[in-house]
Amino acid sequence: MAAVRETTERVADLAGEKYKYGFVTDIEMVRAERGLNDDTVRFISAKKGEPEWMLQWRLEAFQRWQEMTEPNWARVHYPKIDYQNIYYYAAPKSQGAAPKNLEDVDPKLLETYKKLGIPLSEQKMLAGVAVDAVFDSVSVATTFKAKLTEAGVIFCPISEAIRDYPDLVKKYLGTVVPVTDNFFATLNSAVFSDGTFVYVPKGVRCPMELSTYFRINASDTGQFERTLIIADEGSYVSYLEGCTAPKRDENQLHAAVVELVALGGAEIKYSTVQNWYPGDEEGKGGIYNFVTKRGDCRGRGSKISWTQVETGSAITWKYPSCILRGDDSVGEFYSIAITNNYQQADTGTKMIHLGRNTRSRIISKGISAGRAQNTYRGLVSVHPSAENARNHTQCDSLLIGGNCGAHTVPYIEARNQSAKIEHEATTSKISDDQLFYCLQRGIPQEEAVALIVNGFCRDVLQQLPMEFAVEAQKLVGISLEGSVG
Amino acid sequence: MNMLEIDNLHVTVQGKEILKGITLSIPAGEVHAVMGPNGSGKSTLSYTLAGREGYEVTGGHIYYKGEDLVPLSPDARAAKGVFLALQYPVEIPGVVTLTFLKTALNAQRRARGEPELDAMRTLRLVREKATALKINEDMLRRPLNAGFSGGEKKRMEILQMALFEPTLAILDETDSGLDIDALKLVAEGVNALRSPSRAMLVITHYQRLLSYIVPDRVHVLAGGRIVKSGGADLALELEKSGYEGVEAA
Repeated sequence: MAAVRETTERVADLAGEKYKYGFVTDIEMVRAERGLNDDTVRFISAKKGEPEWMLQWRLEAFQRWQEMTEPNWARVHYPKIDYQNIYYYAAPKSQGAAPKNLEDVDPKLLETYKKLGIPLSEQKMLAGVAVDAVFDSVSVATTFKAKLTEAGVIFCPISEAIRDYPDLVKKYLGTVVPVTDNFFATLNSAVFSDGTFVYVPKGVRCPMELSTYFRINASDTGQFERTLIIADEGSYVSYLEGCTAPKRDENQLHAAVVELVALGGAEIKYSTVQNWYPGDEEGKGGIYNFVTKRGDCRGRGSKISWTQVETGSAITWKYPSCILRGDDSVGEFYSIAITNNYQQADTGTKMIHLGRNTRSRIISKGISAGRAQNTYRGLVSVHPSAENARNHTQCDSLLIGGNCGAHTVPYIEARNQSAKIEHEATTSKISDDQLFYCLQRGIPQEEAVALIVNGFCRDVLQQLPMEFAVEAQKLVGISLEGSVG
Repeated sequence: MNMLEIDNLHVTVQGKEILKGITLSIPAGEVHAVMGPNGSGKSTLSYTLAGREGYEVTGGHIYYKGEDLVPLSPDARAAKGVFLALQYPVEIPGVVTLTFLKTALNAQRRARGEPELDAMRTLRLVREKATALKINEDMLRRPLNAGFSGGEKKRMEILQMALFEPTLAILDETDSGLDIDALKLVAEGVNALRSPSRAMLVITHYQRLLSYIVPDRVHVLAGGRIVKSGGADLALELEKSGYEGVEAA
């Protein structure tokens, strides 16, 4: 085990340095007062120029949130969060209330995204990918809007959708993740600032990949994004989100809510590459990523597929789920969760089978190194109405070094006799033999570990859209140099 | 010039001395065999030459092309042209063989300051070498060694040897677990790589392999020492008398 120990140590030495996105953009900000009360909620709503119904919705959520307690069942440990010591809104002053045309965006912001590898000018962009760029609490730019509008696809900041498409928002917002779903979702409902709204009309295959790039920049500030994606009957959309944040000693809260609605025959493919700042090698700093993501396969034959590559954050608490309501609907969850140093991840999915002949598939790859704890927590629930439901779950854990932990917590509820549920789980280590073999063939230690772990994750990496698969593979490599062994 | 020069080499594994003063030289262009009974230190010798962690050189020297090998890491040795075909090639699940070959080839090239090969050129190179070893496209697209038969694994080792073109190739019990057809195929692959600029060290328990890969010299390893050296006939002699006779001598 000596070689592995050394790798882990070497990797730990490099951690923090290897996080390339840790810079801060020096830009003048407008913030809400520190802390949270009715006025904070009103302030955010006013900043967004929201209609009265939205404000009321938020205030009700805030009312409910005050009666709720923070969940403590996850296998994560962190000091108590002082919710009155956070800024709930921060936006670059130059942005004003609404996102402008690209030409009007503050060059400092454009520079920031360029540094992050997300050039926002359309001619320089990855062909075929439209981007919504969210900086702290506001969307600063959305690209390719005109081209998408031609196809009838709405792709805009949610704050804009609330103003411009109130009927659609009213019809779907909070219908997948109810306002009172859980502590963090309720908090989000009260103070969410920006996020992405997507509507794909009936029978339309979205002509390009849609993506949102979330950036936390301001200190002491929480980011509360809200994303709502609706795929109308027979439509298809593929969406990807990426996230980064500066290196700071403090912990910052990111409490997002994502709702997906797939109507009859529609398909939504939702991919995440989460690379929030993970904290340093001592476990200092990093993002608390407390996120509620859920998709509703509302119509017959609809399909929702979640793919996530989680490499960042000090703590990840996240269970992208599918409600398989429509008959013959399909839910998929493909996950890679990498934790190193003192990172903690408690992540998995819920597959709720309600309709007949519903099928779900779960592949989870957890990689732990350093002193990290990595938990897969998943629920497969087959309701009495779900005749002939099928599930296949595969959970694989890979341990690097002797001080980390991997845990698998599957919950299975079958209330219909025709259900077929399969669960497979494995735990393995990178062996000295594998490492030596790679070294002998000339592959240096860190590259060898990256190669072996990428192999371990192959089934999931293959699920990512082509444009991002290579990036994700590199990220796994970098995390292996910098956040994993 | 001697490609490999081992001088009074002592090696300790987990606190126990396994090699107790080995002296052995292989000139460029020659193939030497090291034979010996189980536990004589054959595998220790091969791992030590490759630089595996845990094989501690407590005395003596290893010179490769006149350079001291001992301080170099295994990957640095590989980039300089030291290749070890393992007795038990390791499975690497999920890593497609071609990807592995390209990664290794380019890592070596990078270490030597040579330009990396792109996917197309690598593929062409691999295909060219694979045909002779009857390694088909399907095998190259499968994860490395995962689910390969014993023969396939050994052929894959020889393919890598052909691809990396080492100047010092060590073959550790490459014959173990092979039937006669597979053995012939592997031996042909090895013989095709014999060259005036390359030295080979073939480590084996049995004479069988040496009927197909005929060595220039044979050394008998017993109890961590070379107890006898001779020409190719020595292997045949051993086949008749067994190791006991030699050890006693």
